[in-house]
Amino acid sequence: MANKGYIDVNNKKVHRIDYATHWQLMWWKFRKNRMAMIAVGVLGIFLIISLFADFIAPYKSGTRNINYLQGPPIRVHLLDDKGNFHFHPFIYEMVKKRDPVTYRVSYVTDTSKKIPLRFFTRGETYRLWGLFESNLHLFGIDGGFINLFGTDQLGRDLFSRIMYATRISLSVGAVGVSFVFILGLIMGGIAGYLGGQTDELIMRLMEFIRSIPTIPLWLAMAAALPREWSSLKIYLAVTIILASVGWTNLGRRVRSKLISIREEDFILSARLAGCSDARIIIHHMLPSFMSYIIVDLTISFPYIILAETSLSFLGLGLREPIVSWGVLLYSAQNIQTLAQMPWLLITGLFIVISVLAFNFMGDGLRDAADPLAK
Amino acid sequence: MFHLITRRIAALLVTLFLISIIAFIIIQLPPGDFVDAYAGKKTQGGVIITQDELDVMRVRLGMDKPLYQQYLKWIGGVVRGDLGFSWEYHRPVKDVIGERLPLTLVMVFATLVFTYMVAIPIGIYSAVRQYSVGDHIATLLGYLGLATPGFLFALVLLYLGQKWFGMNVGGLFSPEFEDAAWSWAKFADVLSHLWVPVIVLGMAGTAFQLRTMRATLLDELNKMYVTAARAGGIPEFNLLIKYPVRMALNPIVATLGWELSKVISGAPIISIVLSLPTIGPLYVNALLNQDMYLAGALILIYCILVIVGTFISDILLMILDPRIRLGGKG
Repeated sequence: MANKGYIDVNNKKVHRIDYATHWQLMWWKFRKNRMAMIAVGVLGIFLIISLFADFIAPYKSGTRNINYLQGPPIRVHLLDDKGNFHFHPFIYEMVKKRDPVTYRVSYVTDTSKKIPLRFFTRGETYRLWGLFESNLHLFGIDGGFINLFGTDQLGRDLFSRIMYATRISLSVGAVGVSFVFILGLIMGGIAGYLGGQTDELIMRLMEFIRSIPTIPLWLAMAAALPREWSSLKIYLAVTIILASVGWTNLGRRVRSKLISIREEDFILSARLAGCSDARIIIHHMLPSFMSYIIVDLTISFPYIILAETSLSFLGLGLREPIVSWGVLLYSAQNIQTLAQMPWLLITGLFIVISVLAFNFMGDGLRDAADPLAK
Repeated sequence: MFHLITRRIAALLVTLFLISIIAFIIIQLPPGDFVDAYAGKKTQGGVIITQDELDVMRVRLGMDKPLYQQYLKWIGGVVRGDLGFSWEYHRPVKDVIGERLPLTLVMVFATLVFTYMVAIPIGIYSAVRQYSVGDHIATLLGYLGLATPGFLFALVLLYLGQKWFGMNVGGLFSPEFEDAAWSWAKFADVLSHLWVPVIVLGMAGTAFQLRTMRATLLDELNKMYVTAARAGGIPEFNLLIKYPVRMALNPIVATLGWELSKVISGAPIISIVLSLPTIGPLYVNALLNQDMYLAGALILIYCILVIVGTFISDILLMILDPRIRLGGKG
């Protein structure tokens, strides 16, 4: 253990590590894992994006720009075409060109016209978290348009859409994980605490659910949702569907921990001291394996995100006007679209990075959950 | 051992029964029944259908009976090999599935072989040469493989194939073999197309098994019996293969059924992206069009594949690990 510091306890110098709480030990171990710390930073950025998507995105997710359909990404420059450095970042204007033979539209950069990038500009109005009305955006330009990741068939800005989609996809993960947490805790808790027949029944149920291939099952359940439901209702239903299969891992963990802890001395002494069952569970049992639950939840987060992405990608999950990463990729399904607009795959980069970050953080947490192991 | 296997078979039958109920529920799940969907389609086409005609249709299809009778009728048919009628294809479900199932099985099997053929040797290498350049590359690829959804990888391959080679990496047949009868040439053609879906489908599993193999083998390598054997003068390679690798294979075999379930689960999406003639696209279309007998039969097949696979992996594990065979706690 790296922490060799000393602290004062009752005017005596003692090793800090001898007096550290469980959570402190975990944190010390966790922060030594470099990849996990980087992952936390990356996830922090994702969190900021999803909290302030309306502010970071220059446009709304549904805003169309009919002057720039299927437009390639517009690059931000600091050096101009003559190699001169400009302190202020700028973009070149995109000019529409039509092939005289095939009539296909293409866009070329017009290097004669520089448009400076402006920060904290006024643009479309939005309501942040449905509360604060504002029209302030992180960046934008005066006149013209800026599409950092290009646009789709309808001329909607991919960068803005990815920002909004990040919010939705992460929130599906968060809501799904909460359902998993509740279901896993209740079912695992009942199985582990009651034991006997109930335990047997719940264990069989978990095994049964695990033996069904997940994606076909999800597809079938998602296909059964009424088509006329609002997108918000669909969103909730899809999340519940994902969680209804995903809770078994956590349930098993809770059950096995409860069973092993039930026989420990500190539980016996709590019982002798006259604690009620509820108090024993909440104050004595739960804290002793809370760290493992957090690890399991972190690990199940990316699975739920990937599941939602897959469902939406097939057109059976979320639908417009709600955009998630999967909904964005839905429009990039065939090779013709991809060949014309390869930048639509940028969405995939966000998926891979977020899942990587969750996996690394999960690994770090798993090692830290048992801080006294070597 | 015999006792254990009979118990497993009993459990298998119970699971199959439960799954047939789930499949039936899925058939019943969508709002409205098939007759409604059929009527909706016909009305859109300008054909007028009276309520009487609909009722006659329901009686003919047995939809006026209580649910449990419908279930018994359906499951009775399934047991006798009659999976119902696909209204979308106007053919028995059995025939529709029959022509696509063999290719699906070939793909799943090839994927599993690929997964283990790649994961086990690289996992062994990674563990034996821990922290070498090769190990770092394998670990990095492992992380990437786990984080990339299969369909995304398939999309990237499609795009790169188009851009670099100007060819379509999707599908399982070349155009000239599309409608040809089965022959050796067609078989060879399928094999030359099969590697793309196999790699895409096997990627996540390979990454996972590679990590498992590396981690368990590293644990084993640090144990005393390895040092003892080495001190006894057994050549390094023989030692490695005979003792620690055999131990480290246990978790790999134990997850075989689970791995199979992952492959089968991921297959529909990848088949759609790569437009493969497997049961995956059939399943999704059946769900989208509410062709429920087809959908129900397909989910039944998916589940049976997984359950049988799990059963086989359990038996394999018993053969490999005497602790389980003899009824002790493994």
